[in-house]
Amino acid sequence: MTTASPMGEHQGHIVVGPRRSSFSASRAALGALMLRDVRVLWGDFAIFVLRTIVQPFLLCFVFLFVFPKIGQSVGGTGGEAAFATVLVAGVVGISIMFQGVQSVALQMAQEFGYTREIEDRVQAPCPIWLVAVEKVISGSVQGLISAAIVLPIASFVHASGVEAQINLHWLVLLTLVPLACIAMGSLGLVLGTSFEPKNIGMMFGFVILPITFLGGTYYQWTRLAPVKIGSWHWLQTIVLVNPLLYVNEGMRAAFTNVPHMHLYIVYPVLIAFCVGFLWLGLRNFRRRVLS
Amino acid sequence: MVASLAPTSSGDADTVIRTVNLTKVYAGADFRAVDELNLSVGAGEIFGLLGPNGAGKTTTAGMLTTRVIPTSGAAFVAGVDVVAHPALAKQFIGVVSQTNTLDRQLSVFENLYYHGRLFGMSAHESRATASRLLDQFQLAKWATASVYALSGGMAQRLMVARSIFHSPAVLFMDEPTAGLDPQSRLALWDILQQLNGDGQTILLTTHYMEEADQLCDRVAIMDHGKILALDTPTGLKKSVGIDTIVTVRAAGDQRLLADTLEKGVEGVTKVRRSDAGLELHVRGGDRLLARVIATAETGGFEIADISVAEPSLETVFINLTGKELRDQ
Repeated sequence: MTTASPMGEHQGHIVVGPRRSSFSASRAALGALMLRDVRVLWGDFAIFVLRTIVQPFLLCFVFLFVFPKIGQSVGGTGGEAAFATVLVAGVVGISIMFQGVQSVALQMAQEFGYTREIEDRVQAPCPIWLVAVEKVISGSVQGLISAAIVLPIASFVHASGVEAQINLHWLVLLTLVPLACIAMGSLGLVLGTSFEPKNIGMMFGFVILPITFLGGTYYQWTRLAPVKIGSWHWLQTIVLVNPLLYVNEGMRAAFTNVPHMHLYIVYPVLIAFCVGFLWLGLRNFRRRVLS
Repeated sequence: MVASLAPTSSGDADTVIRTVNLTKVYAGADFRAVDELNLSVGAGEIFGLLGPNGAGKTTTAGMLTTRVIPTSGAAFVAGVDVVAHPALAKQFIGVVSQTNTLDRQLSVFENLYYHGRLFGMSAHESRATASRLLDQFQLAKWATASVYALSGGMAQRLMVARSIFHSPAVLFMDEPTAGLDPQSRLALWDILQQLNGDGQTILLTTHYMEEADQLCDRVAIMDHGKILALDTPTGLKKSVGIDTIVTVRAAGDQRLLADTLEKGVEGVTKVRRSDAGLELHVRGGDRLLARVIATAETGGFEIADISVAEPSLETVFINLTGKELRDQ
């Protein structure tokens, strides 16, 4: 291997032909892409933290502090404390989703859009799918960090007596939280490669908002049963396509003792979402990059 | 140094780029953007693809840099089949695209540093190379600045520095000076000549004939996906078979003036109208101006303006296609 300078003693040093195997070049490239993302995240860490905690803080503040104070009833028959327990897990789930959207979808839309940075990134000496996978990994790690930041906040911001009952189930926590992060990072890849930068507003309006409000953040899935036409539980059926629902039900299983969707369903469905989103996202990415 | 990691094309060891019937038809298009292109670029050359927009230059460069998948044919860079082994090929190609693709979230120095890491350099090696390149490209005092702070010319210099960071076998530049002010353009030409002097093979696409003329060892003139002519700039200009171009501006019936000059001035091979007036293509040049003026005045025309030029690559393009390069 030579270290040719581009000017001066360059002559005779130019290496014609590959220097390293594709595998070792790809491994180094993946490492460098991650390193770059860590550098950027570290440089903006304060902003990252603020961005991560604003929404969870507001949710907890309004639902668990303001509502009880002003006598606004939440939580139905279960009471406010039970609602707090349901909500805290949902708040963690929603934070993981927003991190996936923020760090993968928005980033990618920008790089495909006006900065065109992606054109340089895909010249990295590795297969182009690896560039997209790295974004998902990076987004997932940021999702993990936000989950770790948000959980304590969600458990502390509340009026007296409206306290969430946190019970950590470590095995579920250590497997399901990363799985949820990967699923939401992959969702970010799908969104970032599907929407043109100029349509990002539309993405929030038509995709993110419905996912958020109908993703079981504020209620358990089973509680939707009374919403029906005749004997058809239409809302309960429709929201089953929402990936956030499984994330939130999973968070309940990981952080609380409240009833939740069975884990035999949550795990396989989330894995299926990961596979499906990755497949679709990588296909979109390839189509956007190559012609 | 690994010599045989991938199937290599047979051929001259000095050939860095080789294409065989390289063809691209974009999905939904009913024409060939690149049409059975056979190209061979030697080590150490600055090779230019000259042509109007839509000629297939960028598509050709795209196929060679693995971004565009050929419909048929083959392309080899440094002996590696770029279609079959794109990841391997990317190890030794450098790319400067038309648009600014610098990493906006990194500083000027970091843009170089992380590029080195991307190409497998150690932290130490990458830091040292980045510093040296910043010095050489006169960007050292901007090292910690955001790339947003750079002017167009400086951003372009940084992109060139980044593209040669990993000592690529070929540097691909797509319209490298499009959008640059004249001063930055000249500065970039200097840099490219310097790099080439150090042995860097460069393939550039351009629609500026001056750029191709000044910079390139050989130029391929492209239109509609095909190479119409390929030679040194001097060879191309000679191929037109004229020595001088005289541009004449005079009031009156332009068709009659053209007729008068074509018949009356010896050596005129062609007269065509351009924005500047009538353009006479002339072989041989003895007392040319005097003869043109005399002929025009004898025909009753009063010449308002007259200028002489040597044939350019523009002339070559016009001769080959019947249209002007700059109109496209």
